[in-house]
Amino acid sequence: MSWRGTQQFFVIDLYNEELFPAPEAVNFEGFALLPKLKKDAMINKKVNNVQEALAGIENGMTLMLGGFGLCGIPENAIAELLKKQTHNLCCISNNAGVDDFGLGLLLQKKQIKKMISSYVGENDEFERQMLSGELEVELLPQGTLAERCRAAQTGIPAFFTPAGFGTEVAIGKETREFNGKMHVMELAFKADFAIVKAWKGDTAGNLIFKGTARNLNPCMAGAAKITIAEVEELVATGTLDPNQIHIPGIFVQRIFQGEKYEKRIEQRTTRKRA
Amino acid sequence: MALDKNQIAKRISQEVQNNYYVNLGIGIPTLVANYIPKGIDVEFQSENGVLGMGSFPYEGEEDPDVINAGKQTITTLPGASFFDSAMSFGMIRGQHVDLTILGAMEVAENGDIANWKIPGKMVKGMGGAMDLVASADNIIVAMMHVNKAGESKILKRCTLPLTGVGCVKKVVTELAVLEVTPKGFKLLERAPGVSVEQIIASTEATLIIEGEIPEMILA
Repeated sequence: MSWRGTQQFFVIDLYNEELFPAPEAVNFEGFALLPKLKKDAMINKKVNNVQEALAGIENGMTLMLGGFGLCGIPENAIAELLKKQTHNLCCISNNAGVDDFGLGLLLQKKQIKKMISSYVGENDEFERQMLSGELEVELLPQGTLAERCRAAQTGIPAFFTPAGFGTEVAIGKETREFNGKMHVMELAFKADFAIVKAWKGDTAGNLIFKGTARNLNPCMAGAAKITIAEVEELVATGTLDPNQIHIPGIFVQRIFQGEKYEKRIEQRTTRKRA
Repeated sequence: MALDKNQIAKRISQEVQNNYYVNLGIGIPTLVANYIPKGIDVEFQSENGVLGMGSFPYEGEEDPDVINAGKQTITTLPGASFFDSAMSFGMIRGQHVDLTILGAMEVAENGDIANWKIPGKMVKGMGGAMDLVASADNIIVAMMHVNKAGESKILKRCTLPLTGVGCVKKVVTELAVLEVTPKGFKLLERAPGVSVEQIIASTEATLIIEGEIPEMILA
């Protein structure tokens, strides 16, 4: 009878009559033992606002933040961190925003002690703080950064990648030859909170991303002790098509709808109409 | 006459073969997309998570959620796809991308490349460049032969922190097309009107020059 150990009672509570035939119609013994199935019993991850979502984030913690440049960044959470004045943060994020938007806002207020990123151009304050030594910076190949998130998400403690072999990125790291080519060992990240931004989400924590705003967000979901998702549109469970979900709710602990999204464009490039 | 940036891009476009998946770096490499010959089908990958990149959007149709790795607003072509960063670099490290074209500050005759940092002066970060150069079989570098002070960037050994070791296969500059061989840079072509002597004078690395060196054809 023990099917999922301590979670067993939980699982029983979740089954829905409409999704699942009545127990007597099921031949598989394990399922037949489940009592009457219940509707609308998905785990509710919804929190009311950004303040509730960020509860527990303290000075000195390590945060993962999704986004590529200013595309797909958790704008509302960053604004709240600025308001809360949480400081001494270690931020794992592909970029550090621009001077007056994204993580650049937290840099201006010296709330960030260390950045782990792959590209930090387009941010004068970042470059200034780094070159003066005020800010600790670990630069990593972008694929390595993404994979270290994914490794944390998926329970892989370390992996080997060819990226960075023979460069200063590999200094102090184990290297090994596979198939005649040298590789560098990289470790899964360890973070307290992951803050991701999605296009749509439901109260069960399921996420759908839009366009290239997807980027590192799906890799970071579930890669920290607690994952917070902010979404442009939060809908009731059952509204999203299960076939279209990019990140299942199991990777998300808290979800809220962002109050507003500025979605600033870094490089507005267009062509003239013929 | 030395080539301008568009002409460098045009020359590189001749290296793109039918049915290639191509990753274009920021700067001159981006311009290559403008010169893909008719009859050549390619798909452009941008490492922030899109395959099937199209041209820039019309004014007023920019979507902040659809950008390339240079953070520029773009469009997608029919058949395009979006994906996350881990999958994107899976495509790159897994060698599913056929050709990588990127810029450089320095390249060396052993195939080393440096393009992400000038210690104490400029630190922008490597972005996806280290993954790209470590993984791709086919790497073309688009760059200027000499810096603003007139010093060669085509070197015996790189002086700046490396992006990758022994990975560059071909270099196209405003003066020449060079191939990296086990013995060093082999001069393949020269820009129209540029002499072999001019190229030698602008190159710190050893050049292998065999027979008549043809001019590039840019028509």
